[in-house]
Amino acid sequence: MTNSIDDIADEAKVFFITGSNTTETHPVISYRIRRAIKNGAKLIVADPRRIKMAENADVFLQLKPGTNVALLQGMAKVILDEKLYDEDFIKNRTEGFEDYAEKIGGIDLNEMAEITGVPAEKITDAARIYAGSDPAAILYTMGITQHTTGTDNVLALAGLATLTGNLGKRGGGVNPLRGQNNVQGACDTGALPNVFPGYQPVSSPEANQKFSEAYGAEIPDKPGMPMTKMFKAALEGQIKGVYVMGENPAVSEPDICKITEALETMELVVVQDLFFTETADYADVVLPAASFAEKDGTFVNTERRVQRIRKAVNAPGEAKSDLDIFCDLGQKLGLKGFNYSGATEVMKEIGELNPKWKGITYERLEEGGLCWPCLDENHPGTPILYGEKFLTGSGKAQFKPVDYKPSAEAPDDEYPFILTTGRSLYHYHTGTMTRRSAGLSDLYDMEKALISKEDAERLGLNENDRVRLTSRRGEVEAEVKPVSELKEGTVFMTFHFAETCANQLTNSELDPVANIPELKVCAVNLEKV
Amino acid sequence: MFKVTINGLETEIEKGATVLEAAEKVGIYIPTLCHHPDLSTFGGCRVCMVDTDGKIVTACRAPVADGMVVKTDTEEVRQVRLSNVELILASHNEDCQNCTRNNSCRLQEVSAFVGINQERMSRIRRSVEPVKEDDSNPFFHRDFTRCIQCGICIRTCEEINGVAAIHFAFRGFHTKVSVLGDKPIKDSKCESCGECVVRCPTGALYLTRPETPEREVESVCTYCGVGCGIKIGVRGDRVVKVDGNRDNEVNRGDLCVKGRYGFDFINHPERLKTPLIKKDGIFVEASWDEALDFIADKMSDIKAKHGADALGGISSARCSNEENYLFQKLFRAMGTNNVDHCARL
Amino acid sequence: MIQKFDAVEKEALESLEKEQNNDIPQIYVGCATCGNATGAQSVVQTIKNKLEREGVKAEIKEVGCIGMCFAEVLVDVIKPGRPRISYQDVTAEKAEEIIDSYIINDDHRPDLALGFFGEGGPEDVERIDTGDVFKNQQRVILKNCGVIDPENINEYIARGGYRGLAEALEMKQEGIIGVLKDSGLRGRGGAGFPAGRKWESCLKPQADQKYVICNADEGDPGAFMDRSVLEGDPHSVIEGMIIAGYTIGSSKGYFYVRAEYPLAIKRLRKAIAQAKEKNLLGENILGTGFDFDLEIFQGAGAFVCGESTALVMSIEGNRGWPKPLPRPRTTEEGLWGKPTLLNNVKTFSVVPQILSKGANWFRSIGTEGSPGTAVFALTGKINRSGLIEVPMGIELKKIIYEVGGGILDDRKFKAVQTGGPSGGCLPDDKLHLSVDFDTLVEAGSMMGSGGMVVIDETTCMVDVARYFLDFTFEESCGQCVPCRQGTQQMLEVLNDICEGRGREGDIEHLIELGESIIKGSICGLGQTAPNPVLSTIQYFQDEYEAHIKDHSCPALVCKNLIVYHIDEEKCTACGRCRKACPVEAISGEKKVPHKIDQELCTKCGICFQECPERFSAVERLTGKENLAAAARGRLTDV
Repeated sequence: MTNSIDDIADEAKVFFITGSNTTETHPVISYRIRRAIKNGAKLIVADPRRIKMAENADVFLQLKPGTNVALLQGMAKVILDEKLYDEDFIKNRTEGFEDYAEKIGGIDLNEMAEITGVPAEKITDAARIYAGSDPAAILYTMGITQHTTGTDNVLALAGLATLTGNLGKRGGGVNPLRGQNNVQGACDTGALPNVFPGYQPVSSPEANQKFSEAYGAEIPDKPGMPMTKMFKAALEGQIKGVYVMGENPAVSEPDICKITEALETMELVVVQDLFFTETADYADVVLPAASFAEKDGTFVNTERRVQRIRKAVNAPGEAKSDLDIFCDLGQKLGLKGFNYSGATEVMKEIGELNPKWKGITYERLEEGGLCWPCLDENHPGTPILYGEKFLTGSGKAQFKPVDYKPSAEAPDDEYPFILTTGRSLYHYHTGTMTRRSAGLSDLYDMEKALISKEDAERLGLNENDRVRLTSRRGEVEAEVKPVSELKEGTVFMTFHFAETCANQLTNSELDPVANIPELKVCAVNLEKV
Repeated sequence: MFKVTINGLETEIEKGATVLEAAEKVGIYIPTLCHHPDLSTFGGCRVCMVDTDGKIVTACRAPVADGMVVKTDTEEVRQVRLSNVELILASHNEDCQNCTRNNSCRLQEVSAFVGINQERMSRIRRSVEPVKEDDSNPFFHRDFTRCIQCGICIRTCEEINGVAAIHFAFRGFHTKVSVLGDKPIKDSKCESCGECVVRCPTGALYLTRPETPEREVESVCTYCGVGCGIKIGVRGDRVVKVDGNRDNEVNRGDLCVKGRYGFDFINHPERLKTPLIKKDGIFVEASWDEALDFIADKMSDIKAKHGADALGGISSARCSNEENYLFQKLFRAMGTNNVDHCARL
Repeated sequence: MIQKFDAVEKEALESLEKEQNNDIPQIYVGCATCGNATGAQSVVQTIKNKLEREGVKAEIKEVGCIGMCFAEVLVDVIKPGRPRISYQDVTAEKAEEIIDSYIINDDHRPDLALGFFGEGGPEDVERIDTGDVFKNQQRVILKNCGVIDPENINEYIARGGYRGLAEALEMKQEGIIGVLKDSGLRGRGGAGFPAGRKWESCLKPQADQKYVICNADEGDPGAFMDRSVLEGDPHSVIEGMIIAGYTIGSSKGYFYVRAEYPLAIKRLRKAIAQAKEKNLLGENILGTGFDFDLEIFQGAGAFVCGESTALVMSIEGNRGWPKPLPRPRTTEEGLWGKPTLLNNVKTFSVVPQILSKGANWFRSIGTEGSPGTAVFALTGKINRSGLIEVPMGIELKKIIYEVGGGILDDRKFKAVQTGGPSGGCLPDDKLHLSVDFDTLVEAGSMMGSGGMVVIDETTCMVDVARYFLDFTFEESCGQCVPCRQGTQQMLEVLNDICEGRGREGDIEHLIELGESIIKGSICGLGQTAPNPVLSTIQYFQDEYEAHIKDHSCPALVCKNLIVYHIDEEKCTACGRCRKACPVEAISGEKKVPHKIDQELCTKCGICFQECPERFSAVERLTGKENLAAAARGRLTDV
């Protein structure tokens, strides 16, 4: 997030929520937003489903899955045509406006309406509301990113925020709500193939040298393989061994059949987890890990806030924290620098190698969380990014117009429905933890494929009828539930339940820049069984 | 600033403050049942009544005035408060021993303060509405015989999380907290966040597993990326409760259903307890040394045969920063950048 | 602008002249809810059919209630050049007779007539307007009720209607408020707040929108004043609201009418449409540029929604709950948070007359502190129940014995209850009190919105208190503890007392509870709910004590405290009671005095009613001894 939860919730006059089912995926943030709306803030919601947040919306844009760019460029067009943009901001803090304006100016709003299925008047209303009150915050989640055009979608959102001067100030920003407890931290600490901790590129000679020296090894300057490609590479014989920590790719990855096949071919599969997961079936070694309540450490939340977790109970049996396991394994592998006394010491090392975290210490975290960048021990942290300059060569924000491109797979006669996936309030990811809570399972005990009432009527399907969903990649059987929150032609499923695994169907096509799979759009067929 | 005198104690307080806030400032206890500092005022329980300049008002709503003289213990105030508490008790379940909130109940506290006595209570006609308990929710039940209609749950649902699943239904003495259509709460739009249970002053909303922790440990929720501060309640070596940490600036005590109630996995019997090595297609228990040696040998072997880039590391957005850091360090130290995690899923 | 209205008025008179043929008989049928309930609609139909069959020309007019509900169905006939003759208790058959006798044959049928209005009536029929019923009355608010066709705006205009509005539109806002203040008009909803001051406090705040609300959520048991005005003279209320809108600067008004008043709603709808047609309502009223629209909001019938803040909540779509104090005044922050003027039906309805006749005219009626008239729904054990309008300051005695014609069956007066469930009961020695806002409150009751229930010696005062408390218990909104729990507690205690389970100390308990409820409750409903109990304890404590100490109900009403017994000496063994008893609890043969089996007896009282008055053998006994004896089956021993 460019901003903090606090400043958005307290100061935004408009919330533009798109591709985020906030009430179910980030409930506590949704509480804050609903409170703000009660106090007079406006809300725009764009989503293929009439999600709960839409009830509170001033404008609800029910777009066809995968047409985000068209919608956002349409809004930009209205803002330009009606001169609702922030001239001062554009003049002082951006570059590339002319090209952007020219490109967007050439768009036909009615065409965007046609593509998205959202009437032009509604797009206009949304644009006026978003640009009409200051500040306005954009919040998005996987509904924006999990597309082959994920990067374009984000750029289009950034374009809106830049156009209206909603960057670098309280109550504004472009704010991806991060899905997992420490997805931000995993990125920040370098669990990515192209960057070291602190986003220092592996290809940068200085960074590479710094880390190679620190780790006493020769680290390649070529980025490694993203997870989404590793399994394909394994099938092609390039990857021979995979170490899986706290992950369940046999359920969570798109196009599951390929994943399990890949796991079977590898020489070494290590799974390190709390439970014997679906992936563990394919493992050669399974290691028992400690849960978050059984160890010390830190998580980084969606607003870049580093916070302490603390050991509350002992891990069961011989289970060990991942940290302890890597210390032991590192030493067994003969690697240097794996004899830490504990998490505190690891954090110290991170601070030494990642300048953005230099000021973050366990001592300071006792007082509360710190948002990075935190440059030294007196730095207060940075809840809001880009207050003075942007991370570009010139320090100015760059307009990057993008073109609408359709999703990789479009519905056709054979697979006439679009399947889009998401999450439920009551479960988490592949359900490894939540399905072991009797209460949560009681409240939400099975997956149902949601279809529109119109489609249900047309196909003669009633609630609880079993259907077979098929795609070019696999098939799944599930009960259906006709709902009014979906438009005709759209099917919705979560991926919490291995027995009705939506990822048997999903498409593993990737965004060319971010390598994120297109989990939000794939073509499926459904038939009664 | 307004000057206010409460029971002879003078204080200064800003305009717009309530008499209750002024009393709190000078440390004077005023009993309340329907008041909650997180919520808008209601003014329905009428036990916070005080005398302001000769007029009986509810302290929770009445704004201070400059030069106001407040008396909290006049005969009239005592009488009105006592009468109201007696009336509440008249239709409240008498069985405190079997209540999860015994000894932490606001009604008990207020009753003790106003001075309930047997002789006066013997005049009261008791009648508890025989409304059946709602046991539809797995985490908390609703016991209507202990509900005092303070409306705190209703305001919580509306003002804290904006769900507004519950409201008062029916009228007068038969007033009851209800969901649309008076159905079981499980069949409503309730999101089971438990914020109402936390704020219920009596045992009307009670946890189905009401274990009181021996100690609490501050931490951060392990579910989504919001990063809510929690207090893990521990008894023995078990996690028995999770509460929102009101001191945490991210959530200020708020939690969702998973964060508050979804902790069963920690103590779950299916947790992995020893390393396992697959031998002839069957997993067998192994020691840590065996398991790690096996892994180290295999990894070194693959690196030797195919190069370090034949290894891939899938790290986890579920694990800590320190662990992710070590994971990437381990793989990079092995000589490959093939490290990633589930950021895209 | 006045010219514009003159034109409207002229046109109204002209079309009225065209519509009405005064050369043929005029027949008025009282068709308010009270008339319809006793069969007015079928009488209307019968008359129409009859006239057609006979080929007789006459005009039939469905009018509102003239107030003499005791005589419904009322049919009045005005033959050209003759005074208006009222016929009472008219049925379909009687209606045909009246047409045959009077309209066709000119026999005015003194046997069916109630009386006549005005001068020059027949000698064998009483004159009504100077008789007991009307001589003490002064009809201001009700002046058109029962006189005009409420569904014809021209008739309203012909009687001076909408002239007040026309005059108001010529005046400055402050001027109108000045007149209201000078008139001393106090709100007719019950509390009697000075109307001029209320309007003024609503004029002051600046706002983009203000609202006018007419509170027609009349909910007291036995009260139907507002309904009668809405049914009988809807335009007067509409006119008052338009004036209010103009005065405070509002363009939108609401009628909050309970859905149980369908006829009132129907007539209001019609009246609103007619007023719009004549440009007296809607956009650019009479060319002045002033816009005002009216909407009807149907309430679901909760008594508490008569409370102004609860009413506002209800219109807003919320649960109808009063807002606890301290809260902003409705005149400053009312409906949708905007300044809102809320008055009762009768308050609005009298405003046009005050404006056209002047403040002094209004002050000349009533008392110094409470000028004007009071409208009461007079009911209970009284000879002439109905809707009456009397000048403020009239003695209670006059209302009961002259207007109301005294107690039914010449029984003894016991108490009069005013103010409905919020009011109190006044005994015999308070009948000299004058009716006005302040005097009644001092005596422990209140004006209220106008219910007046007369109670005689056959009524148990504890039971009366219980009746009213049961009402407030049922109607309590449930928001605050004193009212929600307190009314229930008081009701339980009263039930115990009435059923022989009263305890020593209950009277003190009731008084203490009552005082706490008055002090602790949020709104007027709770703050006044104990009044019926406290006032009956004040004036009839002996009855309470008899119930508690001796298990005796002196009025012989409380079922659990009485037993039925047949006096052997008096019983002639006629067998009537035996045959009538629904549970066969009475045994006896011819010539053998009958007996009641107390175990079987359900105390329905049928035997008591059946026993011919000349024998009066069935008697009701009360008190511990009798009850105990009955329980032993040896009542005759006592």
